[in-house]
Amino acid sequence: MKLRNNSGPAKWILILLVSIFLAVFLILPLVYILMTALGRGLGVYRAAVTDPYAVKALLLTLRATLWAVAVNTLFGIAAAWCLTKYAFRGKKIISTLIDLPVTVSPIIAGLIYVLTFGRQSFLYPILDSRGIQIIFAVPGIILATIFVTFPFISRELIPVLTAQGTDEEEAAALMGAGTWTIFRRVTFPHIKWALLYGIVLCTARAMGEFGAVSVLSGHLRGKTNTLPLYIELLYQGYDFTGAFAASSLLVIMAVIVLILRIFLEHRGKKELDLHK
Amino acid sequence: MKPVKNKSIIPGFGLSFGLTITILSLVVLLPLCSLVVFTLKLTPSEFLYTITRPRVLSGYRVSILTALAASLVNAVMGLVMAWVLVRYEFPGKKIIDGIIELPFALPTAVAGISLTHLTTTNGWVGKIFYERFGIRIAYTRLGITIALIFIGIPFVVRSVQPVLEKVDLQYEEAAMILGADRRTTFLRVIFPEILPSLISGFTLAFARSIGEYGSVVFIAGNTPYETEIAPLLIMSELQEFDYTAATSIALVMLAIAFVILSVNAVLQSIVSRRVSGLA
Repeated sequence: MKLRNNSGPAKWILILLVSIFLAVFLILPLVYILMTALGRGLGVYRAAVTDPYAVKALLLTLRATLWAVAVNTLFGIAAAWCLTKYAFRGKKIISTLIDLPVTVSPIIAGLIYVLTFGRQSFLYPILDSRGIQIIFAVPGIILATIFVTFPFISRELIPVLTAQGTDEEEAAALMGAGTWTIFRRVTFPHIKWALLYGIVLCTARAMGEFGAVSVLSGHLRGKTNTLPLYIELLYQGYDFTGAFAASSLLVIMAVIVLILRIFLEHRGKKELDLHK
Repeated sequence: MKPVKNKSIIPGFGLSFGLTITILSLVVLLPLCSLVVFTLKLTPSEFLYTITRPRVLSGYRVSILTALAASLVNAVMGLVMAWVLVRYEFPGKKIIDGIIELPFALPTAVAGISLTHLTTTNGWVGKIFYERFGIRIAYTRLGITIALIFIGIPFVVRSVQPVLEKVDLQYEEAAMILGADRRTTFLRVIFPEILPSLISGFTLAFARSIGEYGSVVFIAGNTPYETEIAPLLIMSELQEFDYTAATSIALVMLAIAFVILSVNAVLQSIVSRRVSGLA
């Protein structure tokens, strides 16, 4: 097309500008982490990432991530199904509440959980008498992680299910299929790529959450330190090689997420085109 | 409460609705209610005393100013990036498109320590700026702005990109045939079409930047009155177990976020009415 091609020098100037901007702001920090992590040799790097505290922090991060993915997948599917397949009042309120966690500051997210389960809360005596500790303990970290990633999966599923409509499920129901059969045989094939995409986004955010988890963690090394909190601890102790080595694990995770994202988006689009 | 009625023949309403409401209540509603309950226990004088302390006021100012500066940079660069990605074909385009999402995937604390190290006076980038121009980046407001630019990059691009893709080339061709030069075509034909998405991308980036903590806390240096951001003030009140002060500061932040999002909603309706020619 003519319009696209006759913008010669402007085109390359803009492309160059964008490339420099992204190289400085995004690529440089990434390269820097990897170089600092490996800067004092592979041996030091290996020692830093296999440090027992680093491994414990990684395991806690994975545990919180698994919880967040499990709860949000269950919730995401239920909420997306419920909001798109039926007509009822109060949908708008429900979807506003679902999106709320990502619009508040992570620190405020942590704060409201402290207010809910902390010493001054009416729930505290009940929980305390049963020996359940939530804030400054692992359950608090898990709850905070679920909270900050709350809408990630439902938000990916809702547009797909809205576009798909309800005809197929209605037909299946008329022919006598039960809930589980309809979901498994009719709805699930439509949403599988979107679901996987949502899970990827949820995993990335859950593994990296810092602010909310920082409020709710007791900052006990080996007990309530997630990987990002462990990185902060090393950094504040001037162990920069250790901090960047632990960071490199999260960088690898981020790069995998980006690659998966491109792949899943591609698959999702293909699927959508097939239906057209 | 009114019973929720449903006439759909698709089974499973009770199950999915029940699950949705149960999980939503536990994860979002319960903490939200305890925030409301706690707020009602605050006395106006306590609340006003906390939020008008000079250090707190300065925290709000630093947060708003740096978030505003960063979001403005992102609005301009986001528009350029969206334009380049939609209108031009060039090698490596797919890579650029993928990389833009990095700030969503990379944990904020990791980005924070990396940006800090790069911009201190003996870091790779900081050294150049300090020795050539005498500008310090890390531990100043400029540093905070840099961190906020990093985390805000995807918002404007991802908001403008899909809209720009849908802008019909026929209008541009018509404008050009009628004798408009490229600048006029952009300003009078394309720009009004993408303005609503630009505003909403800017708003999202702005709202996110004001509450950001992880990437900022390392690079800020956290000098009171200079580089102390509002979320950090909440954090330090929490560490001293002063929940009253922490909640008061947080309530003002929530109000600011609410105002930003409402202004966006109003602007959206004004701009879209003007574009569709109703005003």
